[in-house]
Amino acid sequence: MNNLIILPIVIPAIIGALLVFFAKSQKIQRFISVITMTAILFVSIWLSIDVYQNGIQVIALGDWPMPFGIPLVADMFATVMILLSSVVGIFCLFFAFRTIHPNRERFYFYPFYFFLIAGVNGTFLTGDLFNLFVFFEVTLIASYILIVHGSTAFQLRESFKYLAMNVFASMFFVVGVAYIYATTGTMNIAHIGLRVEELGQEGVLNVVAIVLLFVFAMKGALFPLYFWLPRSYTGPPAVVSALFVGLLTKIGIYAIIRVFTVIFNHEISFTHNIILILAGLTMLVGVLGAVAKYDFKSILAYHSVSQVGYMVMGLGIFTPLALAGAIYFMVHHSIVKAGLFLFSGVAEKITGTTDIKQMGGLLKTHPAFSWLFFVTAMSLAGIPPLAGFFGKFTLIVPGLSEGHYVVVAVSLIVGLLTLFSMMKIFSYSFWGRQKHSASQAKIKTRDLLVAISPFVVTTIAMGLAAEPIFSYFLDMAHELLDPSIYIESVLEE
Amino acid sequence: MSIVVGVSFMVGTYLIMARSLLSVVIGLNMLAHGSHLLLLTMAGLKTGAPPLLDRPETAFSDPLPQALILTAIVISFGITAFTIAIAYRTYKVYQTDDLEQLRGSPDE
Amino acid sequence: MKWKTNNLLFIHVTRIVAFLILTFSIYLFFAGHDDPGGGFIGGLMTACSVLLLYLTFDKRKIDEMLPINYVYLIPAGLLIAFGTGFLGILFADPYLTQYFDYFTLPWIGEFELATAVLFDVGIYLGVAASALVIIVTIAGDE
Repeated sequence: MNNLIILPIVIPAIIGALLVFFAKSQKIQRFISVITMTAILFVSIWLSIDVYQNGIQVIALGDWPMPFGIPLVADMFATVMILLSSVVGIFCLFFAFRTIHPNRERFYFYPFYFFLIAGVNGTFLTGDLFNLFVFFEVTLIASYILIVHGSTAFQLRESFKYLAMNVFASMFFVVGVAYIYATTGTMNIAHIGLRVEELGQEGVLNVVAIVLLFVFAMKGALFPLYFWLPRSYTGPPAVVSALFVGLLTKIGIYAIIRVFTVIFNHEISFTHNIILILAGLTMLVGVLGAVAKYDFKSILAYHSVSQVGYMVMGLGIFTPLALAGAIYFMVHHSIVKAGLFLFSGVAEKITGTTDIKQMGGLLKTHPAFSWLFFVTAMSLAGIPPLAGFFGKFTLIVPGLSEGHYVVVAVSLIVGLLTLFSMMKIFSYSFWGRQKHSASQAKIKTRDLLVAISPFVVTTIAMGLAAEPIFSYFLDMAHELLDPSIYIESVLEE
Repeated sequence: MSIVVGVSFMVGTYLIMARSLLSVVIGLNMLAHGSHLLLLTMAGLKTGAPPLLDRPETAFSDPLPQALILTAIVISFGITAFTIAIAYRTYKVYQTDDLEQLRGSPDE
Repeated sequence: MKWKTNNLLFIHVTRIVAFLILTFSIYLFFAGHDDPGGGFIGGLMTACSVLLLYLTFDKRKIDEMLPINYVYLIPAGLLIAFGTGFLGILFADPYLTQYFDYFTLPWIGEFELATAVLFDVGIYLGVAASALVIIVTIAGDE
């Protein structure tokens, strides 16, 4: 029992509720939110250290005995994800101070921001399949509100589609839960994992696996179900897009990795091959979409789709190194892509457009901004000293040694195309003739850059410190690939 | 029970294919109800006493599916309310509830 | 715009029925501890009774009568619900652990006090307020 685990969920939830009372006062809201995010960051660091030293930490909510009660489980994977969510959360918060319109601030932006964080952390920590659904819904409800926040005509139309898609997927989640409950008679992820081994009903479980894969693929924007993502991520303000791309698609991927390591590990040749095929297609389709687009945010959104493919590819290959690479890539992608979305917000603020054909010459008027963008974009494309390279490298090496040549080839091509479309943004909007007016050229971006630079610093640091990070992530991957560790520590509680 | 589930899935699927915003909302709601009913059916319908203390009976029914369904119903209630609000605002802004006209061009 | 007054019978029936529903909702709320009922259904019932008032009399009148901003009741409910969870931590038990004990008072007799009821108060407030906010906002839009 360790009550520390509930804090990353309960603190943002309580503060979110509290902030509703202060909705009228901008200063108090900002003050409380900064303090809270810092507190959450410290709690998650503390929790990570605790888990690293003492192994998996479990708490049974309400003191119910284990297979019946609802557990919260903090293993290494979960703590890394919480750390990620609080880092992305705190950086985005600073950017939000600078860019979110005061009217939006007054209209409960921060409460829902914190509800989103609470939901995301809950998803990472819960050890109960149905609670996973509940936290998904908490996150999604907060996201529906953030995505429609401001209610421009475009936002309304796109968010209705986003909403309809997600409600549909959630319904299938309930269906999947129903099947799991019917076959195993339990909702506790660890207990399900145990029962799956005992039951040996491959046929039914494969069906359930595909139903759940469908659900998580919808949330995580995997190949046939990615189409909602690019358009709904271009509508809301940059900081909301950054938060979504940093956290929201990650909960889908997290759920896929969690469920397909602990529960559905009975027939890897079937399920994980499907995942591998989907990964390849996702990468390819996403990057092709990005190559075809000329809108700053659209390009980034399509790239997110293609990079979801890389993360899932690591799961499909299913070796420790590949899994460590996939998680490294998830962390790297959250940080880099959130940073890039914030850059698109800055570019929009300077030039008043998101169409890269109508931009140009930013390098001359805003050199610091341009070079920071360049570093981040190169990290995304995977240029060696930066984080993106190590993420891709550690996926490709085990891919080759396991003989998945097609996927590896696809991922290499996609890497090249990513570089191409990043260069496309750079050459259109930063080089060339200056297309924004002289008054626009004078817009100060220092404050905004200070808010973004932590992302850039983090990605450089992740690249330079790849060695220690990987040794940590490899431990984590071993822990993930041996579900009995997870199962035992939960059921012993 | 399974027939009712099938019918509500069928109706729901038909309705979300429709062109009107409101029928999509109702369709999603139908699907949600279908899945809740499926959860109840799949968990096995047994007759038994409510699982409470101080009861003389020995056969109790499984409380977990009920709890799960209640939660799922609450969630779908909240989301439906929100969806209706969004649909209503969309209708106000665009003056149409026809999804064909709400498609929007790819570049705007 | 001239407001039409409702049917006289409707108004008089509502005056009685709304309070009957309110009483029943409170009964349901307390019954929830070990019979069918509880915070959620009680909250919805309360919302129903207030909505009936809205339906019969117009919005302005009710706003004068009940000068409460329902929006604030939602986080208040949430705070109560989350807050009771911390009672468990105080006694070094996991979050949300509930405690109960039996007390005997003159006139009332033996009764049970449980911290789960406090949690339910939070749910009750949250549900009643959010149902009202949603419906009144959508319906109040001209």
